[in-house]
Amino acid sequence: MKQEKQNSSAAVPIMDAEAIRRALRRIAHEIIERNPPLEKVVLAGIPSRGVEIARRVAAFIREIEQIDMETGVIDVAMHRDDVGTRPELPIVHASNLPVPLEERTVIIVDDVLYTGRTARAAMDAINSFGRPARIQLAVLIDRGHRELPIRPDYVGKNLPTATPEQIQVRLQETDNEPDAVWLERES
Amino acid sequence: MTTRRGSVPGSTRWTRKDLLGLRELSADEINFVLETTDAFKEVGTRQIKKVPALRGKTLVNFFVEPSTRTRTSFELAAFRLSADVINISATTSSLTKGETLKDTARNLEALHADILVLRHSAAGAPQFLANRLKASVINAGDGAHEHPTQALLDLYTIRERRGKIADLRVAIIGDILFSRVARSNIFGLLKLGARVTLVGPSTLVPREFEKLGVEVSYKIDEVLPKADVINLLRIQHERQRREYFPGLGEYVRLFGLTKERAKLLKPDCLIMHPGPINRGVEIDSDVADGLQSVILDQVTNGLAVRMAVLYLCGGIAT
Amino acid sequence: MRKARVIGIVGSATIIRNGRVIDPANKRDEIADLFITDGRITEKSEVRSQKSEIEDIDAKELIVAPGLIDMHVHLREPGFSHKETIESGARAAAAGGFTTVVCMPNTSPVADNPSTIAWIKDRAAAVACVNVLPTGAISKNLAGEELAPIGSLAQAGVVAITDDGHCVQNHEVMRRAVEYARMVDLPVLDHCQDYNLVGNGVVHEGYWSTLLGLPGWPAAGEEAMVVRNILLAELCDHHIHCQHISTAGSVRLIHEARARGVKISGEVCPHHIALTDEAIQNFDTNCKMNPPLRSQKDVDALLEGIADGTLSILCSDHAPHANFEKEVEFDAAPFGIIGLETELGLFIDLLVHKYGKIDIARLIEMYTVEPARLLKINAGTLSIGARADVTLIDPELEWTVRTDQFQSASRNSPFGGWKLKGRAVRTIAGGKTVWKL
Repeated sequence: MKQEKQNSSAAVPIMDAEAIRRALRRIAHEIIERNPPLEKVVLAGIPSRGVEIARRVAAFIREIEQIDMETGVIDVAMHRDDVGTRPELPIVHASNLPVPLEERTVIIVDDVLYTGRTARAAMDAINSFGRPARIQLAVLIDRGHRELPIRPDYVGKNLPTATPEQIQVRLQETDNEPDAVWLERES
Repeated sequence: MTTRRGSVPGSTRWTRKDLLGLRELSADEINFVLETTDAFKEVGTRQIKKVPALRGKTLVNFFVEPSTRTRTSFELAAFRLSADVINISATTSSLTKGETLKDTARNLEALHADILVLRHSAAGAPQFLANRLKASVINAGDGAHEHPTQALLDLYTIRERRGKIADLRVAIIGDILFSRVARSNIFGLLKLGARVTLVGPSTLVPREFEKLGVEVSYKIDEVLPKADVINLLRIQHERQRREYFPGLGEYVRLFGLTKERAKLLKPDCLIMHPGPINRGVEIDSDVADGLQSVILDQVTNGLAVRMAVLYLCGGIAT
Repeated sequence: MRKARVIGIVGSATIIRNGRVIDPANKRDEIADLFITDGRITEKSEVRSQKSEIEDIDAKELIVAPGLIDMHVHLREPGFSHKETIESGARAAAAGGFTTVVCMPNTSPVADNPSTIAWIKDRAAAVACVNVLPTGAISKNLAGEELAPIGSLAQAGVVAITDDGHCVQNHEVMRRAVEYARMVDLPVLDHCQDYNLVGNGVVHEGYWSTLLGLPGWPAAGEEAMVVRNILLAELCDHHIHCQHISTAGSVRLIHEARARGVKISGEVCPHHIALTDEAIQNFDTNCKMNPPLRSQKDVDALLEGIADGTLSILCSDHAPHANFEKEVEFDAAPFGIIGLETELGLFIDLLVHKYGKIDIARLIEMYTVEPARLLKINAGTLSIGARADVTLIDPELEWTVRTDQFQSASRNSPFGGWKLKGRAVRTIAGGKTVWKL
């Protein structure tokens, strides 16, 4: 979900472009290490930033292993468990996963892991496409405060936060701003 | 992913609890529904064609005027969104026992119906209920007034095939005067920038329609070669219509899409029909099954459009 | 508000001081006092000689007019008392500034026989605070096939015959009715509607009916019968009055016919100039009436018709319906709106103030002299000896219409919340105040 970044002095930079690049490169290595054969792996990003992160991780993997990863899109909006309780509906996008999923490993890719509800919705969405052999979760930032028993397999950075704080991820391709991760303390 | 309170750019441009017609929608809103339909059309390609978006919600198909096709489409759309569905028709309701529409609907609301899909022979009936109920009201056709989901699926089909609506020349052919499909299509097409021509017998296509911003023609052979899309309306020859035109034979001769007339069409012209088709009347049987016909696409798209509409209207917190 | 009888109590006297007395019948428009004794308009001297207490009413800044006459009202009794009764309708009339109403025969049973007329008159005498004059039907049961016993109806005391609500379609039947009515000197009132042209039309056939897909009621459906009436008025040499005229074509036809001396006239209801067919776009059943709201072009023609005297009478077509009857889908709702308590305010506001089409004296004339002349009734004047029916009007009073405060038993009005300028502030019938603001 796109967010407006406030130009408030309460925003603290946590990662810059270089830090993000190194983190994603490391995640790429970890994925390669844990998932032979890579041909069976699908990097499925959650719109919008998850899709961009998945694309970058796939690019790193191509650079390292000369293999073109399967990528996909998982839209979670219609799988959320809070439809009808929010004053505004999230926009729905078409999902896109290579089928059949049986025998594949689907890696859900998102920018921030927080309550875990988005990841749960993503698993729900994947289920309606088929029954993959394994599902894994890759996130750039894990900010804690899980409300469900969900744990990530690949983490760019662990960042314990307080509930009133906000994490703002910016990527050039999706936000038209330089890559960065900001921590905002609401005053 | 964190969420922020207040109007967030990623959230919808849709804030209506009801869909009563296209006349009051903006072009932006119509386009938004069509974009949302893309996502729901994809659900129909999955192995398990179900999402939990309306889980726990109750949808009532209240078809005072009967229809199997539209009702089935709404029913299936609701099931795919995991909603619970109840079907009520005029005969199974207490309307025949003299209960008013208002009381019937309030009874349904007392049963916690969240979404009411209404088809009624009286224009304005959905608005009447929407003003009085907390439930979402979706107009599945009210008299000769509007049939918004039909027009939306027509627009979606055109957009799917031609990539756009603006500047396309669309001809709507048949009984326009009594057609809610025609009216909703006129509103939607004009808002999205199409050029609309109405064709049919002068008794069923009065010139007054020109004031809406469309052209009126009684010479189908002049209109067909220029059209990018033709939308054929079903011709009924009930008792009420007999004073409007003399008979189906005459209609076919003057306005039917025969094989010969179909040759006048541009090769990429789309042939549409809201169904059910009267083969041999408004359209020749072979033409209906031909390459230019997108009639079956309309049915598939109708399901996706209705899922989008139910999601948008039914998903808003009340 | 005291409930009053229409004949004054012996020994009562009233002086209405300093008002602008507008009495078109006597060509009066001047600041003067008005004197009432024993329920009749009298000279000043008579009041002086009264021993009993004299009621003093200050009418400064007010117009003192003859009690107004609304010659097109549905009181719904007998048979439809859930919509209105003679008693509540009369109170509504008084609240609107009217001391005489002419009620239509589409009751149940239909007022096509002397007994029903007698019932209505008895009931009115017992409970109505204003004068109620009944009309009788043209045809039996309003079916348009056989003549009603028009002679007996005349003897029973109807002031006119009409099939209002319905319209005799067969011109031959109508011709015979007009000839017959001439014999007993009863004017004929006609609700001009050609059933075939109109079909199941519910709103004006025009832009809005086309846009909304509602069956249309073409202007020609009214004009066809106006033409019929002009021809028959000429043929039979008898007056036919066309009710609730709503179209430009009707105005033009009546104008031309009157110019030739044909005994034809027309009346206008306020909703036909206050609203256009655009008002139906929300399917509000309080905008559904027969004839329907028309286009701006028709409104303009009606205004001109009033200004040049083509349309000579104002009235309401007060048509009460219960809430549960109107609160249904548009197609299913009955036609009609109430009007007694808003018509004067609307007409003063629109005709005199907003559009400046007529002055207040002419407006009063259209509510007094004109209907009285047509119906040949003894009303609508402040002549010495006339029954003391007086309406006091404040033409500058600004007020907001509150439907929940109506005297009528029904609430079906589209004018709730409207801000109007001009209102009756006191209604006196037979010398007694039957309503005051």
